Amino acid sequence: MMDAMFPAAASEHAGRIDNMIDAVHYLMLALFIVWGVFFVYVLMRFRASRNPKADYVGVKSKMSTYGEVAVAIAEGILLLGFSIPMWAERVDEVPPESDATVVRVVAQQFAWNVWYPGADGEFGAQDLSLIDEATNPIGLDRDSEAGADDIWTVNQLHLPVDKAAIIHLSSKDVIHSFNLPNMRIKQDTIPGISIPVWFVPTKTTAQIREETGNPDYVYEIACAQLCGNSHYSMRGFLTVHTEEEFQAWLDEEASYLTGSDDDFFDF
Amino acid sequence: MAEPVHASPAHDEHHHEQSFWRKYIFSTDHKVIGVQYSVTGLAFLFFGFVLMMVMRWNLAYPGEPIPFIGSLLGDNRAPGGIMLPDFYNELGAMHGTIMVFLGVVPLAVGGFGNFVMPLQLGAPDMAFPRINMISYWCLFMGGVTMFASFFLPNGAAGNGWTSYSPLADIALNGQTAWLIGMIFLITSSLLGAINFITTAIQLRAPGMTWMRLPFFCWAQIVTAFLLLLAFPPLEAAGVLQLMDRVANTSFFIPEGLVVGGEVLDRSGGGSPLLWQHLFWFLAHPEVYVLILPAMGIVAEVIANNSRKPLWGYRSMVYSLIFLGFMSFIVWAHHMFITGMGSVMSTFFQTTTMIISIPSVIILSALFISLWGGSIRYNTPMLFALGFLPMFGIGGLTGLPLGLSAADIPLHDTYYVIGHFHYVVAPGTLFALFAGVYYWFPKVTGRKMNEFLGKLHFWPSLVFMNGVFFPMMIQGLNGVSRRLADGGISYDFAGEVAGLNRMMSVSAWCLALAQIPFIINFFMSIRNGEKAGRNPWNSTTVEWLAPSPAPHGNFDQPIEVVRGPYEYSVPGSDKDYVPQAEPAST
Repeated sequence: MMDAMFPAAASEHAGRIDNMIDAVHYLMLALFIVWGVFFVYVLMRFRASRNPKADYVGVKSKMSTYGEVAVAIAEGILLLGFSIPMWAERVDEVPPESDATVVRVVAQQFAWNVWYPGADGEFGAQDLSLIDEATNPIGLDRDSEAGADDIWTVNQLHLPVDKAAIIHLSSKDVIHSFNLPNMRIKQDTIPGISIPVWFVPTKTTAQIREETGNPDYVYEIACAQLCGNSHYSMRGFLTVHTEEEFQAWLDEEASYLTGSDDDFFDF
Repeated sequence: MAEPVHASPAHDEHHHEQSFWRKYIFSTDHKVIGVQYSVTGLAFLFFGFVLMMVMRWNLAYPGEPIPFIGSLLGDNRAPGGIMLPDFYNELGAMHGTIMVFLGVVPLAVGGFGNFVMPLQLGAPDMAFPRINMISYWCLFMGGVTMFASFFLPNGAAGNGWTSYSPLADIALNGQTAWLIGMIFLITSSLLGAINFITTAIQLRAPGMTWMRLPFFCWAQIVTAFLLLLAFPPLEAAGVLQLMDRVANTSFFIPEGLVVGGEVLDRSGGGSPLLWQHLFWFLAHPEVYVLILPAMGIVAEVIANNSRKPLWGYRSMVYSLIFLGFMSFIVWAHHMFITGMGSVMSTFFQTTTMIISIPSVIILSALFISLWGGSIRYNTPMLFALGFLPMFGIGGLTGLPLGLSAADIPLHDTYYVIGHFHYVVAPGTLFALFAGVYYWFPKVTGRKMNEFLGKLHFWPSLVFMNGVFFPMMIQGLNGVSRRLADGGISYDFAGEVAGLNRMMSVSAWCLALAQIPFIINFFMSIRNGEKAGRNPWNSTTVEWLAPSPAPHGNFDQPIEVVRGPYEYSVPGSDKDYVPQAEPAST
């Protein structure tokens, strides 16, 4: 029912969340219609001109109690059958990092710094004193053990399709919220804490462009938590590739590391 | 009406002459204070509405100069009349703060609670008249502080009415004014709450047993407990955030913040999430502070104008008390996406579903109360009836937000804004309008005009929906809240950004629809149709007092002999039997 309104779904769990939102809206609609029909009927039937003498007792039936029990049961089903297990899958069943693309996203006013571990699969050390907004916004220590091959970009997240992505979220300054509408992912980034989110993208950017018939369609990263005056434009992009394309992109990014520092600005 | 009996000796004490200042400004009479609260609340509701209308310009026409007032706003707010995002954030934060803490609460609790509850209880005044006066003046100071903060060099607070740390900790000094203002407002509510509870326990007229209390009084009592128990944590949190700002403490600031490329010079070690817990521990019960008095007003008006007893009065009262209790253990459903584990989210979404049941019971009871009635469609009744489906939409749209998995795409979108505005705007505000029209004769001795009342109701109903329903559609499309440009920076929001114009036009038309109310309000004070003691043929005790009621309230001893809603009693010659009339046997 509501699907038409949602942003195009492009992750493994998105369909189930959409179905659940649909189901809740059917329940809401049913309640609204039952109340609404009763309400309109009563307003006409019991207007003073038609019913000059009110009935002291009113309704005697127990229908409303049955209705309330039915609502409680419906809510119980939504909780136990849908919401609680789906939430557990989001936060408890994170796949092993060895089977996933692991990325760090460090939010700041007003950008998303995306940080890849590079070829060695290990993240380098972070040192606040190295932070320079133009050349090293995440404070990456290139001299640390695993830091030499790390890759970072600003506002450009790239992931391979059909493989779990685990994104460790943190923030340099205030609370932001990492929102991937197409992936049905939203998670606050809290300074001082690293919080993982995971999902499996199921459609490449090329596929979604074909599906929507829009050659310019992009997966967007939006900030969902008020973070200051440019909150409204804290926009990033997610590109979903095939595995081969993703590897090629990583190789290309890595190739800049051996060149001059200026190449950092090539994204 | 029983023969008026001589005033009681206690009443005579009130009859010495009072100066103008004592009588109208620093008054200790609950009715005068109630009117002070109501007028302050209405004025701030209007002011908060104006802030929103300015915001809605930028949402509908982002980046275009604001007509008429744009040039008056100054270069630090709107250079060339074009709104800066900082100013948008100021307007947003202050709209929320003012509507909640300076608009609805003063009117619903301070105004109606103060004016009506002692009268309904058959009491001569509140239990602590001087505390009552201090409570109003604390609110006034809070209001002045909030209002004045707009004139600070960097403007008012702009970090949302939620003022999340660390953003609010590192913000400019408008936030300091906000915190000081909040401390005044919280103090005011705490003093008021103690007074309400004591009054309800100690000053009920003889025979006013708990199960004879009008539902409105029950709603005020539960509300007072919520304020008393939920506000202290926020007062403490407000002081802590103030210390973070002015004394460089780190209660809500973690280690290692880098702001604008500079390492923040603070020791760190605090928790940003602590602020959210303390804030929402108040702010969820606060939602019920906004809605319970409204339900109370609607219950009174519906019983009176359907000419029959409330259906299921007892289960409504028990539901109300249960609702009040449960409202303390649902707060973290505002925080599902802060990184909550499955144990916590299971607890909070389960309590959230549980709290919906008593709300459904109360709403169903109000609907069912209409069955078999003889419904009079006067202005108070229209607003009370309008409340039911509008609050229904507000309540129902809370369901997907209360289920943590469904909340993921909807959290912090316009769906949330639509949801709670349906609860408090066409919900609570309609109920408050019903209350204004209903009790206006008791305050002034005159009724408000019915034609202007209907001219106020119908357009308001249409335009309220015109403003808030499209928000649901935008929210389902994923449009985030608090975006200064209404979402046009994002492709996924682009398709529904066009709705912003229709919503803004609705908001401006909604303002026009309030003109009949403003005219009616001032005109009726002097020229309204004269009302006797009981213009609505009502049963509850406030209608036994003269209109307007004198200092000390009643000119006859009050003894309550029956329940609050004895309408259309079989065998009675009138269709109402007042609560405090001697039984005819």
